[in-house]
Amino acid sequence: MTSMTRALLGATALCAIGATAASAQTLTIATVNNGDMIRMQGLTDDFTSEHPDIQLEWVTLEENVLRQRVTTDIATNGGQYDVITIGNYEVPIWANQQWLAPLEDMPEDYDADDLLPAIAGGLSVDGTLYAAPFYGESAMVMYRTDLAEEAGIDMPDQPTWTDVMAAAEAFNDPDNGTYGICLRGKAGWGENMAFITAMSNSYGARWFDMDWQPQFDSPEWTATLSDYLNMMENYGPPGAANNGFNENLALFQQGRCGIWIDATVAASFVTDPDESTVADNVGFAQFPNKDGVDNHGNWLWSWNLAIPSSSGNVEAAKQFVAWATSKGYTDLVAAEEGWRAAPPGTRTSLYENAEYQDAAPFAAMTLESIDAVDTNAPSVQEIPYTGAQFVSIPEFQGIGTAVGQAFSAALAGQMDAEAALSQAQQITTQEMTASGYIE
Amino acid sequence: MARAVTPQRKAINTIAAWIIGLLIFFPILWTILTSFKTEAAAVAFPPQFLNFDWTFENYTTVQERSSYFRHFWNSVVISLGSTVIGLIIAVPAAWAMAFVPGKQTKNVLMWMLSTKMLPPVGVLIPIYLLFRQFGLLDTRTGLVIVLTLMNLPIIVWMLYTYFREIPVDILEAARMDGASLRKEIIYILTPMAVPGIASTLLLNVILSWNEAFWTLNLTAAKAAPLTAFIASYSSPEGLFYAKLSAASTMAIAPILILGWFSQKQLVRGLTFGAVK
Repeated sequence: MTSMTRALLGATALCAIGATAASAQTLTIATVNNGDMIRMQGLTDDFTSEHPDIQLEWVTLEENVLRQRVTTDIATNGGQYDVITIGNYEVPIWANQQWLAPLEDMPEDYDADDLLPAIAGGLSVDGTLYAAPFYGESAMVMYRTDLAEEAGIDMPDQPTWTDVMAAAEAFNDPDNGTYGICLRGKAGWGENMAFITAMSNSYGARWFDMDWQPQFDSPEWTATLSDYLNMMENYGPPGAANNGFNENLALFQQGRCGIWIDATVAASFVTDPDESTVADNVGFAQFPNKDGVDNHGNWLWSWNLAIPSSSGNVEAAKQFVAWATSKGYTDLVAAEEGWRAAPPGTRTSLYENAEYQDAAPFAAMTLESIDAVDTNAPSVQEIPYTGAQFVSIPEFQGIGTAVGQAFSAALAGQMDAEAALSQAQQITTQEMTASGYIE
Repeated sequence: MARAVTPQRKAINTIAAWIIGLLIFFPILWTILTSFKTEAAAVAFPPQFLNFDWTFENYTTVQERSSYFRHFWNSVVISLGSTVIGLIIAVPAAWAMAFVPGKQTKNVLMWMLSTKMLPPVGVLIPIYLLFRQFGLLDTRTGLVIVLTLMNLPIIVWMLYTYFREIPVDILEAARMDGASLRKEIIYILTPMAVPGIASTLLLNVILSWNEAFWTLNLTAAKAAPLTAFIASYSSPEGLFYAKLSAASTMAIAPILILGWFSQKQLVRGLTFGAVK
């Protein structure tokens, strides 16, 4: 064999290998680090065995890093990702910018009508779905049933803030290391402002009036912040201004909180006997409302899979999104890891499943909490925006965090409620003026 | 006249140095200890120092979930690549500034340093667009370029400080003996500056290894180094502290070992010129 022949044969073989590699599509999937997402990564053999021509590459990042990374890429048409994990805050904003591919022509067995209406509504623009929910959550009250029994407290399924404050007072026993109530205090639009905005909704407050004028000088906001600060000062743990979801989760799991009001997804953690010392003594109730205000906070968050318009693999990405958010995937998780591990808060069929209801004692209250949300009318007053524990405008991340810093400073005792509200009003007015919403 | 150091004073200084050293090292020690705890023990109150059930489970989980060696290799290539290229550019630049200074040399040096004063996020979008245009997103080549440029002012400044300490007479003698510029830099200047170049190299490897803004923002799956590996275990919703600690320990271990063995050169490099 001459060297020329050998070279030609080698080149042919290389071309053949190259052609095989080229026929396989690789999807780059950006996702957040949480239990449900990590579980999905472990189950993707089910998808790749059905789609041998599609390979998956994962980029798992912390939520805030992911948000910055993905926003940079999608805003510059970078095309780095084929599937991105984004919240229901981003979906309508990005869909309106035409940064997301519409999820039309999903497979027949996808059954989009099975998606919980409150969740699907927040992911659609003009009736078209732009992201598929992977899991969803609202917020609810988690409380210690053993402490309630001891104190003779009967927590209603739909408590008012008066009920919650009375229970927090009764449960509070700092000498023995138990605090009446744990709430978020760490500054951030998705940290303390998620909770305080939901609480303000339940007090009848609103961020803006119909002319986009900030409303922190309203009596509803004064009542919200004063009650929040009083509860935390009298019955909260020390250093609460640094506590977010994880810190409160750790406190509650170790029996150091009588009441914790936070995301419904926490219910599976606090009732897990492997992690929680109070797993058998947790009761659930709906997010409270203020006496006379018919509104239970309106907290709705979902992590969703979306496809950037800049992706070069839209059709393959759509197949993956359909698989990961299908009823079949839920069945797969149940078969592999039990019904308790099924991703919550997205499909009606899950909550109609008797096996899931048996395995997850928090299922009914989770569904009730999600169903109670109306993202188009989060406050009882008229508003110009949508969103529940956030305002669905691009400027909200910055404004929400700045206001959150003022409220966190008030919780840390660096200023009083009046000063914090005044600062919030000033910051928000300044930013909304700079953004052209108001003159 | 030097002040006499009494044994008592020496003992106090030693104890104070140990206390400060342990305080500085404590967060790293705590991270290492947490990496051997269960997630429940990691957040237990009161905190458990050594009295917990030690487990290697977090290391196993981290290794199963992520490819440590791929991230490690990316870190090695990016930090060494950017440092070596940086040195190749900086040695002649620092030579020129140290031995043939012009009227604007000081201004040029200050201007180079001033580029470090701009917050990186201020140029994120332009650089991202450039990278997209040239196909450099999520490539090790792209990161080597950006980290080289980022660390170049520090490399030039450090080398410039070193070269200023070398007597110019030696270089002149070499020139009189007929050494060309190339020979002067390679055979005379570089051997005399080896300690300085070594400490500059080490410091820049450490800076590049720990760089977390550009390495997170310009990579996705292929070129992601150990900073991305750590970031994948942080979560605001869910307790991953023990796994995060295991990932952090695995990420900092190589650079800690490198720093331990090269501490003499590092200290010399960082304090050079401070005492005359």
